Amino acid sequence: MVRQRKWQHDFWFVASFAILGLYLLFMVYPLSTVVRQSVVDETTGRFSLRYMRQFFSQPYYYRTLLNSFKVAITTGFAAVIVGTPLAYLYTMYEVRGRKTLQLLIILSSMSAPFIGAYAWILLLGRAGAITKFIQTTFGYTIPNIYGFSGILLVLTTKLFPLVFLYVSGALKNVDNSLLEASANMGCTGVKRFFTVVLPLCMPSILAASLMVFMRALADFGTPLMIGEGYMTFPVIIYNQYIGEVGTNQNFASAISVIAIIITLCFFLVQRYLSNRHSFSMSAMHSLERKKASAVGNFFIHLYAYGVVAISLLPQVYLIFLSFRKTSTAGIVFLEGYSLKSYQQVFSNMGGSIWNTIRICGIALFIIIVLAILISYLVVRRRNITNAIIDSLSMIPYIIPGAVVGISLITSFNNPYLPLVGTATIMIVSMVIRRIPYTIRSSVAILSQIPLSIDEAAESLGAGKIKTLVQITVPMMLNGIFAGAIMSWVTLITELSSSILLYSFRTQTLNVAIYTMVAKGADGRACALSTILMLFTVASLLLFNKFSKDGEIML
Amino acid sequence: MESWIKIRNAMKKYGDFVAIPDISLDIARGEFFTLLGPSGCGKTTLLRMIAGFNTIEGGEFYFGDRLINDLDPAKRNIGMVFQNYAIFPHLSVRKNVAFGLTNRKFPQETIQRQATKFMKLMKIEEYADRLPEKLSGGQQQRVALARALAIEPEVLLMDEPLSNLDAKLRVEMREVIKEIQNRLRITTVYVTHDQEEAMAVSDRIAVMDRGTIQQIGSPKELYQRPSNLFVATFLGRTNILDATLYLSEDGNGLHFAGGYDLPMPNLKNVKNGQRVAVSVRPEELVIKEGEDVGRGKCLMAKVVYSTFLGLNTHYIVELENEKRVEIIQESQIYDIIENGTVIGLTIKAEKINVFTEDGLTSLVK
Ligand SMILES: Nc1ncnc2c1ncn2[C@@H]1O[C@H](COP(=O)(O)OP(=O)(O)O)[C@@H](O)[C@H]1O
Ligand SMILES: [Mg+2]
Repeated sequence: MVRQRKWQHDFWFVASFAILGLYLLFMVYPLSTVVRQSVVDETTGRFSLRYMRQFFSQPYYYRTLLNSFKVAITTGFAAVIVGTPLAYLYTMYEVRGRKTLQLLIILSSMSAPFIGAYAWILLLGRAGAITKFIQTTFGYTIPNIYGFSGILLVLTTKLFPLVFLYVSGALKNVDNSLLEASANMGCTGVKRFFTVVLPLCMPSILAASLMVFMRALADFGTPLMIGEGYMTFPVIIYNQYIGEVGTNQNFASAISVIAIIITLCFFLVQRYLSNRHSFSMSAMHSLERKKASAVGNFFIHLYAYGVVAISLLPQVYLIFLSFRKTSTAGIVFLEGYSLKSYQQVFSNMGGSIWNTIRICGIALFIIIVLAILISYLVVRRRNITNAIIDSLSMIPYIIPGAVVGISLITSFNNPYLPLVGTATIMIVSMVIRRIPYTIRSSVAILSQIPLSIDEAAESLGAGKIKTLVQITVPMMLNGIFAGAIMSWVTLITELSSSILLYSFRTQTLNVAIYTMVAKGADGRACALSTILMLFTVASLLLFNKFSKDGEIML
Repeated sequence: MESWIKIRNAMKKYGDFVAIPDISLDIARGEFFTLLGPSGCGKTTLLRMIAGFNTIEGGEFYFGDRLINDLDPAKRNIGMVFQNYAIFPHLSVRKNVAFGLTNRKFPQETIQRQATKFMKLMKIEEYADRLPEKLSGGQQQRVALARALAIEPEVLLMDEPLSNLDAKLRVEMREVIKEIQNRLRITTVYVTHDQEEAMAVSDRIAVMDRGTIQQIGSPKELYQRPSNLFVATFLGRTNILDATLYLSEDGNGLHFAGGYDLPMPNLKNVKNGQRVAVSVRPEELVIKEGEDVGRGKCLMAKVVYSTFLGLNTHYIVELENEKRVEIIQESQIYDIIENGTVIGLTIKAEKINVFTEDGLTSLVK
């Protein structure tokens, strides 16, 4: 008996230290390498701030920082302006096809932004389908979408769903009696929206807009694709690292460190604001949906479905293109339809489909197992080691994907652990990037399970491991599974670190699309993104089947 | 009476905070023993020490002759019922009840037979294959009880098991618990802050306050002969009156303000002129009207208001020193005494309790 107890003790002890070891090896060590590189002169090997100085002294570089801010802030505002009314109308009024609408909104956020950028270029670019159509029929040339406005369009249509999800989640917790009370005091309609509803949702709007901000700041596929001369700093990092001319790893590291510091500042501001503005709501009677007047009803549907249609247009157009006939090389679209793009894809690039399943599948499995263990350690076994693990697990929140990629390459390009080019390094980066979200949601789920459940199992003679396996994990599973599907979708559309880490043996769908698209219009790219989209839709439907209330956490 | 659970000088600290300084207890085999006290007095803490979920900072805990201080909770052979039931939501009722049995590696057949037996006993057999979330609070409580009992534990521990139920179900379930305990004769430690519930189910009650035991006794002893003012006020309702003791040739007694003297033959350790606190329960006061009323013959009071509750009528009256006192009288067929009426009160001397002025010691033999 004593021995068994000791062994159980040892299990968590070992788990703690194993996890700590993994974090040290795959996160702390690589990041410290990047930090070191950023302040060391590449020729003399001595401490030097020349890269930092270089960044802030040349407009070519520091302007990218300003550009990034401009993009992130405007995208944040635009996403709130689009997403908040949508959430409000969706929650307050009867909308036809509610479930489908929600699914479509979520779907529009779930492809890599660069694919959207690519499709928008095909639609509105210089030779885009819509551009040409308007030119031939009206003789009018629409303003070009390259640069800032294109980036804003792409990112807003990708990121407003975040605001929608956060705000409709908050509205779900607003008690109907609050609205009735304000109506009672003569406050209704638009006035009530601004004086009662909006303030109640403010914490969520704030949280969502900062989330949008951070994502827009870190995204680099979009500006690379549609920005043309408009450079943001993730693009600079990428160019400095693997660009065609004048790469400089130390300089790339310096920019990475700057990026981390900036992201950290915003993360802290978000923490501070949301702590200050948080209040808890839980509705006994949730809002009752009303039927709007005929005119109102028309505009509500117009708005809701209009937004969704615009956001999904690029993906739909890609599907359409994937069935078009192409030239033999697959590069030029011709009149008529065929399945040739798919044939080419399956004969040449079946590997990337398999890679996606293999690499993302393994990453997902590791994420789930680690997240369960870590959340258990953090919630049920508080001690110093586990507190350290808890803090470490939050770090990837503030590390842009490109930086994760760079740090891993720099650190594992050695004879002892030669991981560069392997599937392992891809898996590691995916785990690092996604695991904080899974840990947070597992911690939330586990905190909901009262300790007395564990104690009940124990008093009924179940050991600690048995309790974990038979009671705790099954109780968490529902929530974890729903979260896992969301993780799966983010993993298969991950780009910013995979693009740095892939080799021809580990090329995933998303990377394959990117490399093809970067070379120009291509039927195969369209076919691949259609396949990727199918994956996503299937995952979403699966999610809807398994999640209790269709509640989605991102 | 064979003592089964023995606690010797138990001490519990949370960090620097001493939740329980020093408790010793003996609980007999088959006894229904209750820990009663206000919220935060350490009942749960003590119970969890018995269960093995709390560390023990001092003292010894025995089941029979076996020291259990370092025994794993899983090995203590206890059944525990939690305040929030702690039913496994992903397992059917049957699997919940059978859970403890499966951990003991009984043959499948035995497990099923035993589970069915206890589901029948708790009258939840018809829900056997449902998930618990579909059940009402009372039914969930039955599942929790069946699950705890199915392993035929040596000790049953219950922490405020009824506090999440509504008033009516609470009364119903406490009858169920009492009856099952009577039938199985399983040693039970029950925690509650509800004194009525404690009196309804217990063989003996330990009244606790701030981590210490104030008194242990049967419900009747505790109610009628509380050993200090805390117990007197915590169990049942009571009025606390100030009085002075007098000792004389004809016998001792209490002298109340307003000139009312009450002979009390059953006092101990008393001094002449000693100030005391007298606990008089509402039913220990008798209302006098007409002839018998007068200074010196009784306490004078004025009716403030009354409440008719069917069986009894409650009067709130004000004494001459402006102290308010509650009286419970069996309802009479004639009219309720009107507000403002001046009445006299006498006291049933054999029932009341007298304490030192600080309330710590009883002066009744
Ligand atoms: N885990 C804990 N850590 C610190 N203090 C605690 C803990 N549990 C209980 N206490 C304190 O110990 C005292 C007794 O608590 P408890 O046993 O829960 O009381 P009861 O069950 O009688 O309401 C309280 O003052 C409470 O605040
Ligand atoms: Mg308690």
